[in-house]
Amino acid sequence: MAQTIAVIDYGMGNLRSVAKAVEHVAAVADRVLVTDDPGQILSADRVVFPGQGAARDCMAAISDHHLNQAILDAAKHKPFLGICMGLQVLMAFSEENGGTELLQLLPGTVRHFDRDIADSGERLKIPHMGWNRVHHAADHPLWRDIQQDSRFYFVHSYFVAPQNREIIAATTDYGTTFTSAVATENLFAVQFHPEKSARDGLTLLRNFVQWNL
Amino acid sequence: MLAKRIIPCLDVDNGRVVKGVKFVDIRDAGDPVEVARRYDREGADEITFLDITASSDNRETIVHVVEQVASEVFIPLTVGGGIRTVDDVRRMLNAGADKVGINTAAVFNPEFVKEAAERFGSQCIVVAIDAKRVSDDDEPLRWEVFTHGGRKSAGLDAIEWAKKMADYGAGEILLTSMDRDGTKIGFDLKLTRAISRAVPIPVIASGGVGNLDHLVAGVQEGEADAVLAASIFHFAQYSVGEAKQYMADRGIEVRL
Repeated sequence: MAQTIAVIDYGMGNLRSVAKAVEHVAAVADRVLVTDDPGQILSADRVVFPGQGAARDCMAAISDHHLNQAILDAAKHKPFLGICMGLQVLMAFSEENGGTELLQLLPGTVRHFDRDIADSGERLKIPHMGWNRVHHAADHPLWRDIQQDSRFYFVHSYFVAPQNREIIAATTDYGTTFTSAVATENLFAVQFHPEKSARDGLTLLRNFVQWNL
Repeated sequence: MLAKRIIPCLDVDNGRVVKGVKFVDIRDAGDPVEVARRYDREGADEITFLDITASSDNRETIVHVVEQVASEVFIPLTVGGGIRTVDDVRRMLNAGADKVGINTAAVFNPEFVKEAAERFGSQCIVVAIDAKRVSDDDEPLRWEVFTHGGRKSAGLDAIEWAKKMADYGAGEILLTSMDRDGTKIGFDLKLTRAISRAVPIPVIASGGVGNLDHLVAGVQEGEADAVLAASIFHFAQYSVGEAKQYMADRGIEVRL
């Protein structure tokens, strides 16, 4: 059956790639809406919540677009995919911008990579930019047809540290082992960019579009 | 572990790929979309477009190229050439670019880099540095930033400039050795290593690649986080996949 997939647009970054990638994997009859309208987000069958930029700017933009409630509501009740900042802002609090209160859906914080991280003696650069391995911590419908430890494209300087370790769906190593995906009953959120991760990224998006709760 | 990236670069003039891309299995080797699709299939980690369109009247053509490629190729895309204003950056990002390369405009107005990074985030700001050695053989090595295709020195020390650009919010440095560009004798490894060690952000090595050993050396000796090459891939001398396998066989982490 045809469905509506809303891509939340709150003015933070380019959503074209996300929308194009979702369109690419969605059924012909599906509608992909790039929208900042809370009504459309609430009535959509699925919601994709992307985002990039600084935590404080993201929170301000969400508030300016009066989207706090619609995002929280969607994140609790329907298939919901957070990407990059769309994962981070679901947490309670970020170290970024001298401390920023977030949407507080998931207990836990957002932390900066340590300045002097290294791997096998090699100093690691920040931002963490490029293709890194994603280790599935648990089985999940969104990992279907994606091999354990496949590489996805990352670009970020902060990572989430959820309080409840049971929601960790994947981890990635970069000087430290950090949470690169979380999952609750209807929510899946990733630190990497599936829309920029070639075939495996498209597979994940296809799995999301077909995810039945 | 994070993979070292291999980035093919395409020169685009008036919406067409130039410098004679030669693939037997491509119908229209001048079509950026076809070439980008091909590199994506071969496993390129990103693709960089350098817009060399001379006339500003035809600048819109690159926007359409980016729009088309971004609708079909789902890996990171960088666009450089002629990015001078915050508006130029916005236009490219809206068209589907993930990053923009800022070169000359950064030299003439460093604040532009700061402004663009604050507005759009460091992750999408790549500062391109064209560097050339200015020290004599008996002097300690020194490189300066050049503009106008390597003809004019900007009077800036390349290492200090790279540090400054990182401070100003650049998310990445695309470093081209103007001594090596087009020579096919390999990267300037000392330059690459000096810049890579001086900044906390990733460095992409460029200029001089003629074979796969040069790519290996760029990572192992140059300490680059990514390597960019044009002609060795265009002329199908090597595929991106072959390059990655070659690097993997020599102990470099790559995405295969």
